[in-house]
Amino acid sequence: MARGQASSTSKRKKNDTGVIGNGADPMTKDALLKFYRDMLLIRRFEERAGQLYGMGLIGGFCHLYIGQEAIAVGVQSIKEAGDQVITGYRDHGHMLACGMDPREVMAELTGRFTGSSKGKGGSMHMFSTEADFYGGHGIVGGQVSLGTGLALANRYKDNKKVAFTYFGDGAANQGQVYESFNMATIWKLPVVYVIENNQYAMGTSIERSSSETHLYKRGASFRIPGEEVDGMDVIAVQEAARKAAAHARSGEGPYILEMKTYRYRGHSMSDPAKYRTREEVDEVRKTRDPIDHLQELLETKGWADDAALKAIDAEVKKIVADAAEFARTSPEPEPSELYTDVYLEAAQ
Amino acid sequence: MTDVLMPALSPTMEEGTLAKWHVKVGDTVKSGDVIAEIETDKATMEVEAVDEGVVEAILVPEGTEEVKVNTPIARLASEGAAAPSPKAEAPAPKAETRPEPAASGDPEKQPPEAAEPQPEGEAATPVAPRPALRDPELPEGVKLVKTTIRDALRDAMAEEMRRDENVFLMGEEVAQYQGAYKVSRGLLEEFGDRRVIDTPITEYGFAGLGVGAAMAGLKPIIEFMTFNFAMQAIDHIINSAAKTLYMSGGQIKCSVVFRGPNGAAARVGAQHSQDYSAWYAQVPGLKVVAPYDAADAKGLLKAAIRDPNPVVFLEHEMLYGVEFDVPADVDWVVPIGKAKVRREGTDVTITAHSRAVGLALEAAEKLAGLGIEAEVIDLRTLRPLDHETIVSSVKKTNRLVTVEEGWGPMGVGAEVIARVLEHAFDYLDAPPARVHQEDVPMPYAANLEALSLPSVDKIVKAVRAVTYK
Repeated sequence: MARGQASSTSKRKKNDTGVIGNGADPMTKDALLKFYRDMLLIRRFEERAGQLYGMGLIGGFCHLYIGQEAIAVGVQSIKEAGDQVITGYRDHGHMLACGMDPREVMAELTGRFTGSSKGKGGSMHMFSTEADFYGGHGIVGGQVSLGTGLALANRYKDNKKVAFTYFGDGAANQGQVYESFNMATIWKLPVVYVIENNQYAMGTSIERSSSETHLYKRGASFRIPGEEVDGMDVIAVQEAARKAAAHARSGEGPYILEMKTYRYRGHSMSDPAKYRTREEVDEVRKTRDPIDHLQELLETKGWADDAALKAIDAEVKKIVADAAEFARTSPEPEPSELYTDVYLEAAQ
Repeated sequence: MTDVLMPALSPTMEEGTLAKWHVKVGDTVKSGDVIAEIETDKATMEVEAVDEGVVEAILVPEGTEEVKVNTPIARLASEGAAAPSPKAEAPAPKAETRPEPAASGDPEKQPPEAAEPQPEGEAATPVAPRPALRDPELPEGVKLVKTTIRDALRDAMAEEMRRDENVFLMGEEVAQYQGAYKVSRGLLEEFGDRRVIDTPITEYGFAGLGVGAAMAGLKPIIEFMTFNFAMQAIDHIINSAAKTLYMSGGQIKCSVVFRGPNGAAARVGAQHSQDYSAWYAQVPGLKVVAPYDAADAKGLLKAAIRDPNPVVFLEHEMLYGVEFDVPADVDWVVPIGKAKVRREGTDVTITAHSRAVGLALEAAEKLAGLGIEAEVIDLRTLRPLDHETIVSSVKKTNRLVTVEEGWGPMGVGAEVIARVLEHAFDYLDAPPARVHQEDVPMPYAANLEALSLPSVDKIVKAVRAVTYK
């Protein structure tokens, strides 16, 4: 792609052979069913998290990913071992898509010692070095510089790894995003910026907050190619991510993917929801839902036999129920944990 | 069979009104369907089903007030239940409300039961036994070489970069320009542009990149041209570097040094002359170092680079060109967390750090002429603060004067005095005194600037006050 130019929307390719996507990596029945399973897991997990919040088992802020599942699932499906993932506070879906154990994620939400941060991080602050997941950051936009720093480390080590750095349409207005874009290009850092544009920064619509609402163009001044992607279509997301990652991995520098998406729930659990109409939300749920969309596709292909989908539903339900039970019954951290993990012992 | 429970809008809600049912007995519902509306005095919200099934019973009729949270309000019969349901299935709340106070900021919310308060003043640092910290022994006949602080810092970085491939330097003008204050002179030539990286003028961004690189296992040295500019980056120093080890339950390490000149330069006005010691020294997760002489500058910077934690390393522009003895041809590492008695005395303890140590030593000489023997303690590390050394000195002298270039209120001196009151209250023969920058932004005019800063005369005066001489 020519530098300094933003491309148009990438379109999912279909053909009549039952294979979707490009020839190099055909979409098989198994792959699509895996997408279905992973997205459903996130949705059911988040619904359960909302429920536990309602019961008072989860405290503080809790930002649900419902509606945006196709993005984390699609992007992470092409992640290679060692590629890093970092995001903001709407992070539960990314962790599940990174392969973190739903139990440890849910237990962190309930503030238990068995949680991924021993209960000290909470919804917005979870990490897993094992799963290459670097958080879970609560300061809007902070993860963009940090993710670019992960990419700097990749280039420093020359390890051919890519840092997938997610942020939202709200964070896209933070100054440090552009400081990071600038350095990412100067140093040709292997970073893919995934902008999850769900159209509302808390309660402020993108039209009210952004002079350029096509966020994939925001890299133009930094010579970062960008494209708009239907973030409700997991296959389109995967294709775009594969292309962007190949670009970054080959030493060409950063790439921007603007994922057009929508969150069904409030910004966090306490959301007045006065900034958009019920009809708007319902319309998206009815016509653009990423899981329904994939299910229809499976049906069209004749791959959605009832038994297979039911088995997935049952498996997911079981995993989530188990995670919730684990999170409800695990112990809180011991008082002695208050003063651990503040410092590492210096080897002097 | 599944009970639908009365949900809470927030952890502080205890009861509410069941305003409206959207379903009736016999209806089939699935996950996400709105089944009811509930109200509190602050808000209304929709209740969504979290499970699919047929509504078997409505247990609480609409219009019922004061329904306690977690009361079963309806019962679902599972539809060909393919998987076991948990016993209690509360619906997920979907907020449709005026903003509740954000849960985490809710003053009614009780803080979690705290652990036993730490008896020590050093509450913010782990109380695990530390090995006795002392300066390394100098080998017999070691050569002491007169070195400027500028070169001592450069030598420290160069030695650590030779020692550890993961150490690199990043900042404005550190490479081709050789450092705005020439601290990084020669490093580009030795280590190349992969490890000595010129950044754009973009403090917030490159501090964030440095912290991200540290999270990935590198050991960056982030140079700020001065700490005044690090205000743009303080979010990453505190929110990203200091807190992540804790927030990740010990998983994410952040070994990074933030260094550069701090405090008052000469005649550069308020925005370029501020001492940030107290700001950073307040933050758990950071170590904060502020050396005075060249041997400490070198030995402590080497320790900071090796330290697995984020370290804020505060230098002083006015000291860069000053020469001190530095041990040569040894791996000179001074432990973080240990103060140094720079002058022994019996009548008063003076604490200081960075450039103010020089003023304190000068004042001590003048005081000696007045028959007052001052003990001067160079704090060297502000976090963790070595209060043992201070306290044992005050137990001997019974009097205390603190000196710092920063503002007094909530300052380093205030903390030193608090520790002494906690640990040696009965030993004090006079109220402690503080010498610090006057409580104004730094003036430009030469006379006002001098008036604003701590000085030898101010220290002498404070000592005479606490010794009643």
